[in-house]
Amino acid sequence: MKISYSWLNEYLDLKVAPQDLAEKIERSSVEVDEVVQPSAGLKKIVVGKIMSMAPHPDSDHLNVCQVDIGEDELSQIVCGAPNVETGKKVIVALPGSRIANNVKIKRSKMRGVVSNGMICALDEIGFEKDVVPKEWSEGIYFLPEDAEIGAPVYSYIGMDDYLIDVDVTPNRGDMLSVYGVANDLGAIYNQTPNLNHPSVEEIDTATSDKVQLDVDDQVAPIYKMRIVENVKIQASPLWLQIKLWNAGVRPINNVVDVTNYILIKYGQPLHAFDYNKFDGNVVTARYAKAGETLTTLDEEERELDPHDIVIADSQKPIALAGVMGGLNSEIDDQTTTVAIESAVFTPTLIRKTAQRHNLHTSAAQHFERGVNRGGVEEALDAAAQMMHELANGEVLSGIETGASYDVKDEVIDITLTRINHVLGTTLTADQVTQIFKQLGFGVSLSDETFKVTVPPRRWDIHIPADLLEEVARIYGYDEIPATLPSGPTTLGKLTEKQVLIRSSRQLLEALGLNQAISYSLTTADKAGHFMMRDSHETELSWPMTADHTTLRMNLISGLLDDIAYNNARHVKDVALYEQGRVFYKDSADQVRPSEVEHIAGAVSGQLVVDPLRNAKANAVDFYQLKGIVEQYLTNLAIKGDVEFVATDRYPEMHPGRTADILIHGHNVGFIGQIHPLTAESYKINETYVFELNLDALLEMPKEMNQYQAISKYPAVTRDVALLVDKTVTNAEILAQINKRGGAYLKSVHLFDVYAGKNVPNGKQSLAYTLTYQNPQDTLTDDEVNQAFEKVQATLVKELGAEIR
Amino acid sequence: MTLKDQLEKIRQERRESIKEVGDLKGLDALRVELLGKKGPITQALRGMKDLPAEERPQFGQFANHVRDELQSAIEAKRDELKQAVLNKRLQEEKIDVTLPGKPVAQGQPHVIQQIVDQIEDLFIGMGYQVLSGPEVEEDKYNFEMMNLPKDHPARDMQDTFYITKEILMRTQTSPMQARTLEKHDFSQGPLKMISPGVVYRRDTDDPTHSHQFHQVEGIVIDKHITMADLKGTLQLVAHELFGDRFDIRLRPSYFPFTEPSVEADITCFNCGGKGCAVCKYTGWIEVLGAGMVHPNVLKIAGVDPEVYGGFAFGLGPDRFAMLKYGVDDIRNFYLNDVRFLTQFSKKG
Ligand SMILES: [Zn+2]
Repeated sequence: MKISYSWLNEYLDLKVAPQDLAEKIERSSVEVDEVVQPSAGLKKIVVGKIMSMAPHPDSDHLNVCQVDIGEDELSQIVCGAPNVETGKKVIVALPGSRIANNVKIKRSKMRGVVSNGMICALDEIGFEKDVVPKEWSEGIYFLPEDAEIGAPVYSYIGMDDYLIDVDVTPNRGDMLSVYGVANDLGAIYNQTPNLNHPSVEEIDTATSDKVQLDVDDQVAPIYKMRIVENVKIQASPLWLQIKLWNAGVRPINNVVDVTNYILIKYGQPLHAFDYNKFDGNVVTARYAKAGETLTTLDEEERELDPHDIVIADSQKPIALAGVMGGLNSEIDDQTTTVAIESAVFTPTLIRKTAQRHNLHTSAAQHFERGVNRGGVEEALDAAAQMMHELANGEVLSGIETGASYDVKDEVIDITLTRINHVLGTTLTADQVTQIFKQLGFGVSLSDETFKVTVPPRRWDIHIPADLLEEVARIYGYDEIPATLPSGPTTLGKLTEKQVLIRSSRQLLEALGLNQAISYSLTTADKAGHFMMRDSHETELSWPMTADHTTLRMNLISGLLDDIAYNNARHVKDVALYEQGRVFYKDSADQVRPSEVEHIAGAVSGQLVVDPLRNAKANAVDFYQLKGIVEQYLTNLAIKGDVEFVATDRYPEMHPGRTADILIHGHNVGFIGQIHPLTAESYKINETYVFELNLDALLEMPKEMNQYQAISKYPAVTRDVALLVDKTVTNAEILAQINKRGGAYLKSVHLFDVYAGKNVPNGKQSLAYTLTYQNPQDTLTDDEVNQAFEKVQATLVKELGAEIR
Repeated sequence: MTLKDQLEKIRQERRESIKEVGDLKGLDALRVELLGKKGPITQALRGMKDLPAEERPQFGQFANHVRDELQSAIEAKRDELKQAVLNKRLQEEKIDVTLPGKPVAQGQPHVIQQIVDQIEDLFIGMGYQVLSGPEVEEDKYNFEMMNLPKDHPARDMQDTFYITKEILMRTQTSPMQARTLEKHDFSQGPLKMISPGVVYRRDTDDPTHSHQFHQVEGIVIDKHITMADLKGTLQLVAHELFGDRFDIRLRPSYFPFTEPSVEADITCFNCGGKGCAVCKYTGWIEVLGAGMVHPNVLKIAGVDPEVYGGFAFGLGPDRFAMLKYGVDDIRNFYLNDVRFLTQFSKKG
């Protein structure tokens, strides 16, 4: 909301510049988005008087005007406005001036006729089109008769004011009015704002003779009405128009403008009905009935919902209560009798009605945030009196009240100890008393307990904690010291799981993978790729875009999106990992999905980018990524054998280059190459991936005995080269060697794999080094040879190996 | 020629020939020939038996002297030749030290992770627990227990991804506070915790908005926790993450789960507080929300607000990273362009 600096100054003696005032508001009350002076950026725009005019010789809509701009000679300006008129004072942009949107005006020729600048419409000097009064929307603006010729125009139309745009938090609805801001500034600067209270001049006729109210107090806990007769509808005086347009409201006519003015000033939304358009003289506030319709002031015909709240006469709804009036009771030029409604509607009902009809009007926003329940009558009186003064209306005597209750001050007790205890301050009772007084609250002190009486204009304050905030902000947050919590020592440390997750990240980084953080919400398709187990999907009920509708059930698809992003930008070497959650549901009606920590990696191109090597030859392959996974699992110290078992069960993976990863026979994840078709659909190059159930890994028993003394007895090695069928796997050979290796076999390492020249078709050659060691004694050649021969015999017998 | 003269002659000649030897092989041959059993010195010593007895000791001494002298000449020559060989090899082994080093595999933690870890470590050092809750939350914990009943207007402040009426993507990590408050046994001491994690808002992704981002919420509840403690704690966060020249200031704000609520500003990164376009000439940039935990939040969780109280804060690692490094588009954090990811590797 834009608050006028000069308007505030009518109630306070502000000795600070607008910018400083804004800073003070921001530090003490609510955020300030900006401070603007409407004339900022404008230059050389002055009052001119059209002394004479003649049609342009070569145009049927231009006029050549002779304009007095306060200089010795008249200035000739060509003007195309339809309403240009001799004798009027107008807005003249001189040559060299700057108008709205930083446009510079130069002396020019228009169809051959010299024009020394331009006569301006309001929007041409920066007015928003939707605040310019209809009267002036199609032509130039006429300044008041007494405007001084040649003087800058700004002060005549309120453009020299400063507007402070406050961004009001939901609790401070009271700051959505000039009075509210004035009250708060009064507290901050220790001034009592000079707020004038209206007295109404009434005629003898009673309001109750004209109207009866029938109000559902669930809909409107307070509902009041006044009638003003014999009004003369016309444009409002300029001072009022200025106040409205500077607040971003378009002036319409004196009656409607008064209601808008009261809203800005008091924060109380009013509505003015054309009394003569009522059917009957009973006005009702109630829920809408099924099947009812209402055409609102924006000329939309709306089907009403039975949860909507309306104002109705005896026949039909005449307003969407607290949101927008109906066209059928609108004030127009012929209106003579006005019914002014001042009410409080139930905020939640307003909120829902406004949402249903997507009508977030200023009135609705005020009601949603609450209004000063103690000020409903004052606003009504002020409006009636203004209509008397500005529209020659006659105000009927008395206020009709359809619903009301005794709005009480809130009385809250709080102790000085409590205040200092929570704020960490050392305030004295006098200081605190002074702060409450500045706020305009009643305060009495007994012992050290303050009894604080909060008027209804601060309806956000109900509990002692609310008073703490008032004390803190008026005292000043800068004055509060900075300390650290004292009290019993607590132990701060990561849990075992958190430590392992951190280690996992560090291990994979040390192994060359960069941490990625991808979106957890993806498409339904991708969410269900690379599934390590069966699961139902978890979908958003109202997604924002088709790209993010479903919670992921794998991490790889996100990493592939990342690789696609890189590949599309010609970044071919991508090595990523991600640690995050996947979301599983055992059944479609499971309430909340279970969240499982996973860790996944994806490498495309070279893992270690070496410009001196051939990129293709150096590109990642299955075994490089497997090396990373193996090293990671080793470092995690998981107790138990790790097995890689070929699998073709993942439709998105290469069927011949994918393995399930088993630990102790438990499936914990998989590794392999992305299926060429999957790669194509993700738009990525050849890519290798793995994904592991991290929660499962974390829960596995860990190898605690990490240290073994190094044997002082020498190790003996024997090499064996085997010729076997290609179908025989390394794992099968190792299993046989380990099974028959004997007590002293310490380790087995593959050191050569070969198929091709000199090896028969369908065969492959594998060579292993077997290392023997006796931790207690030196091994003899005989012992080693015996064990070695046994292994060789087994390989021949079990796997049909030919020892080479 | 006397035996001694012969010996003297050998000494003279051989000293010269040792000097002339060109390689170790020749030197070895020379040594064997000169000092071996058939060598001239051994021969000369053999001839000693023909000398008069009184001359023998003197001659023997001389012969030994000659042998030692030649021996050391050979050793000296050996060292010289070895050195020459080594020098030649070192010369040949000379490389271009300006060629590039061999690349190694080295991954980086994500920049947001770095900030989250830094925050975690800071608070662990102050005795906080680190707790992470579910990303798919119940309305009850995300809103209702945070003093945001169903019809609360402040729910408009954060548009939410709902899954069902009661289940949603958490919009903040504070539900973990509610979950922990419910369970915490205050007889065992104060509650001091932070909860880092991913949160979700129903936003359109653009340079300053992301439907997914990170939060680290913190809460301290005890019998004597003050707003001053909150201010000091936030100041520490600013110093730790950004440096000592960064300061914090508090402004009133509104959150349903705290009262009083504050917004914390930090010294502008761009101008250091002097005022610039980035900070709208205030010298300050809004970075986080905080406040004293609302009594209702404590009450709902079954904690007596007359006895216990404390503060809560919400830190935004994405925003911190943007400010710290001048990243102008939040989407960079989730697109994982490796050219972006690998820039945040300097630990100095
Ligand atoms: Zn700045």
